[in-house]
Amino acid sequence: MKREPIAGAGAGVGVRVDPETLRVRTLNSHQLLRGGDLQGANQPAHLEGTELEQYVQERVVTTTLDTAVAWARSNSFFPLAFGLACCAMEQFHAAGPRMDIARFGFEAFRASPRQADLIILAGRVSIKMAPIIRRLYDQMLEPKWAISMGACCSSMGVFNNYALVPSDKFMPVDVHVPGCPPRPEALMHGVLKLRKMVQDDPDMSWRERYGASGTEEVLPGA
Amino acid sequence: MPDATGLELIGQELGDAVLDTVFFRERATLVIDPPSVRRVLAGLREHGYSFMASLHGVDYYPEEPRLGVIYELLDMSRVDRIAVKLRLPLDAAEVDSAMPDLPQDPGWPTANHQEREVYDMFGVVFRGHPDLRRILMPEDYEGHPQRRDFPLGGEPVLFTFNDTDLPRSSA
Repeated sequence: MKREPIAGAGAGVGVRVDPETLRVRTLNSHQLLRGGDLQGANQPAHLEGTELEQYVQERVVTTTLDTAVAWARSNSFFPLAFGLACCAMEQFHAAGPRMDIARFGFEAFRASPRQADLIILAGRVSIKMAPIIRRLYDQMLEPKWAISMGACCSSMGVFNNYALVPSDKFMPVDVHVPGCPPRPEALMHGVLKLRKMVQDDPDMSWRERYGASGTEEVLPGA
Repeated sequence: MPDATGLELIGQELGDAVLDTVFFRERATLVIDPPSVRRVLAGLREHGYSFMASLHGVDYYPEEPRLGVIYELLDMSRVDRIAVKLRLPLDAAEVDSAMPDLPQDPGWPTANHQEREVYDMFGVVFRGHPDLRRILMPEDYEGHPQRRDFPLGGEPVLFTFNDTDLPRSSA
């Protein structure tokens, strides 16, 4: 069976992915030290017994592919550069030097929904704007997430009148950040909550919560 | 502003079209008969008020006639302003548009979008407007939301204390 290394954790130690089960696994210590399909010549072949076990345990990470993928996704959201109202000012500041959203890997605000996987609804959503936002959301690549920022697009806030519509009415929302407007650190907290959600339970995405299974976008011929 | 006397003079010059003149807190206002709006505006343009700074609507509910349209004119060489008001009943909320160019009477381009807004928000129909559509609300919206008997809208906000009281959608 052909095995491709996808990650390494120190000299001579590798993580392997099994192409049949798509599970990431590591070779046990004997397989590792026997060389096998490992490259690298500087393995301490003289170790034995408990010393050998300890040597391997210190160098090997065992995980599942799902967890590894969720970890990667959750640490590099690509937010859509999109602001609706005053909340957008606070959103900009989350990317600014004081909050510096780049610390967590979310700084790549994309100008096109085709390149984004997170939309932050920063502001009030009017009835006329809602279909446009829905189109932007539909254009985003899956898996995708949405943060409703501020009182207006969660509960319509001070503009609770004929002109506005709450965002839950026309699209699935993962995290609501309260405030009027929320401070940048509140938005950071919301993004980190979303990161935790994606890391801990990737299945708890919007399809699960809104009972929308079967709406996945399928490529022609797939 | 023309002073109170100047306002009276302008009013007399325009004749029957002017129902009343109001000079209140240094603001000069002509209250006019709705059908003569184009004639009054043209007359004021000859006085130098050649720029329409604003056109807006009012709902005077529960007074009758309920709706009002207000034209704010500006004389840019003298920095002098005058307002023209007219009142319309709800069941005949129609007035000539100030926008299109007529023979001997050029129109007021400001009125284009602002008459659409007054139509959108108050339901005043401007006869002769070239493109009288809604401008702010969606095309298929029903009603005119700035009328004072229009329900405020919105919906109850879900808090933990009223979580059980609010109606839930069946979905």
